[in-house]
Amino acid sequence: MQFKKLLIGSAILASTSLMATSAFALTVGFSQIGSESGWRAAETAVTLKEAKERGITLKFADAQQKQENQIKALRSFIAQGVDAILVAPVVATGWDSVLKEVQEAKIPLILLDRTIDAPDSLYLTAVTADFIHEGNIAGDWLVNAVGNKECKVVELQGTTGSAPAIERKKGFEQSIAKGANIKIIRSQTADFTRTKGKEVMESFLKAENGGKDICALYAHNDDMAVGAIQSIKEAGLKPGTDILVISIDAVPDIFTALEAGEANATVELTPNMAGPAFDALEAFLKDGTLPPKWIQSPSRLYTQADDAKAIYNQKKGLGY
Amino acid sequence: MNSLKRLAPQLITLAVIILLNYLVFPDFFNIKIANGKFYGSLIDVLNRGAPVALLAIGMTLVIATKGIDLSVGAMMAICGAVAASTVDSGGSVYLALSLALLAGVICGAWNGVLVAFLNIQPIISTLILMVAGRGIAQLITKGAILTFTDPGLIFIGSGSVFSIPTPILIWIFAGISVTFIVRKTALGMLIEAIGINQRASSFSGINARVLLIMVYVVSGLCAAMAGTIAAADIRGADANNSGLWLELDAILAVVIGGTSLLGGRFTLIGSLIGAMIIQSINTGILLSGFPPEFNLIIKAAIIVIVLIIQSPALKAHYQTYRDTKKPPEPAPAPSSRTTS
Repeated sequence: MQFKKLLIGSAILASTSLMATSAFALTVGFSQIGSESGWRAAETAVTLKEAKERGITLKFADAQQKQENQIKALRSFIAQGVDAILVAPVVATGWDSVLKEVQEAKIPLILLDRTIDAPDSLYLTAVTADFIHEGNIAGDWLVNAVGNKECKVVELQGTTGSAPAIERKKGFEQSIAKGANIKIIRSQTADFTRTKGKEVMESFLKAENGGKDICALYAHNDDMAVGAIQSIKEAGLKPGTDILVISIDAVPDIFTALEAGEANATVELTPNMAGPAFDALEAFLKDGTLPPKWIQSPSRLYTQADDAKAIYNQKKGLGY
Repeated sequence: MNSLKRLAPQLITLAVIILLNYLVFPDFFNIKIANGKFYGSLIDVLNRGAPVALLAIGMTLVIATKGIDLSVGAMMAICGAVAASTVDSGGSVYLALSLALLAGVICGAWNGVLVAFLNIQPIISTLILMVAGRGIAQLITKGAILTFTDPGLIFIGSGSVFSIPTPILIWIFAGISVTFIVRKTALGMLIEAIGINQRASSFSGINARVLLIMVYVVSGLCAAMAGTIAAADIRGADANNSGLWLELDAILAVVIGGTSLLGGRFTLIGSLIGAMIIQSINTGILLSGFPPEFNLIIKAAIIVIVLIIQSPALKAHYQTYRDTKKPPEPAPAPSSRTTS
């Protein structure tokens, strides 16, 4: 115990002295959840790139989907005396005590892409996307695209009960509620996967007069849309023309579909959460500017008008 | 005739569920030809049920030896990843299929050796690969969904022969050939013997170890076919989601089909009907248009009802009920008893 206190004490000393002497050579610890999806791999790649461009030394810890690994990583960051910590928390609860330790060590901590159930005094800020806003953008695109025409929409939901599924649904519904001409006629979960996206879309097509009654498909992520595009083709219809396809995430494969004219629009869930986080951190360390408790990452809309091929090549390198 | 009578509960269940599908969706039996192949909800049931049907074939044999194979879903992910990465790096479709099947054989042999030679309980032996398998698959796909455009491999998932989708032909062919092999030789009986009493069957001269490894290899092969179909269907190997939780559906198909988890007597046709029952429920839920929050509840409710109807306790009650209801026959001849 005595040793541990000594360790933490020296860590604080080390960190304060580091901060005083070299404001530009920052050392930041980054505790990542793991690499369960292509998006997360891209987030890691972008974070490493952002850190390199800013001359920040990044200490990376992969938690392999376990909170205890993240807590361990945080404690070792304290011991190493890093200048700041970025955490993509794997779960929402159980952070209070370790975050208090971080705070006692006077290390600013920023949450990336997910929030937690803890008092917001325990962290500097959280950089996350607004899923409702993403749904709004997707819905607004459709409202503009169809104008006053009648439009029946089928929806592929994400995993039932997950935050992105609930909020992306809500946002889309808010936007299409502006006019009476757009209606969601079928909505079913496809668990964010291609296989289910294809299977569920198959049943939608059969249930709605072979797909002739469907004007647009809204998928809560690109993977489901990619699966659904295949079943639309197998039903003898043209995705992108006969049935408009709108989805969210902007993973590389949807750009292949955009280029081929088989998808119409996608809203980006940017993997660059670290950029805004580093901006806030540098401002805070420079003159103590406190950032807002929530920084919203930008959600950009991509359509067929964009240079899909170039974006595909650029994204492909990020490890999606 | 006799086997038809034994499969009666399964066939009736399937018929009732398909009738329910027809009630929620009147176009259920509509079949037309689109893009040169049969197209309709009934075809979807047969087509989408292919992975679980294939897994159920291998699972039936494993369960007949009193074992269980939890790793089939993960093996699907591995084999799909192997097939996709082979065509992705320029290999031919034949090489891809051979390597995928080989991967299935290796995974199955690993399970079999753990069970047969190290005597580790099957649920634990196969749990190892269930947990590690997706990691292996991710290493092969490098963590991303590995997409491909090879027409030969795509044919396995969404092609057709004589207008019948390929996956349907594959599972029916696999079902018939495995049934033929185990029923026209003594293999089936030997597998049942191991399931009933492994020591006794060893003493009577059956090479239990080799047979045990063999059934796990067959399970691996079936998973390899299912995994290749799943990858070919979406034109990409999804290491995270391919075959996710399908081991549970496969076990359920076997149980609904009438094979006991305690090993011994098994029925492959029953398991295949079981797989179709599960897929009919899934397709019916999708067609019905209920909100997704109800999916699992509806599925669970139907399965509970199916299992209750098939339960031995209810059967016994029904038997006593029938016996008491029957008017006492006047002086039944003792010989007539034996024919019933």
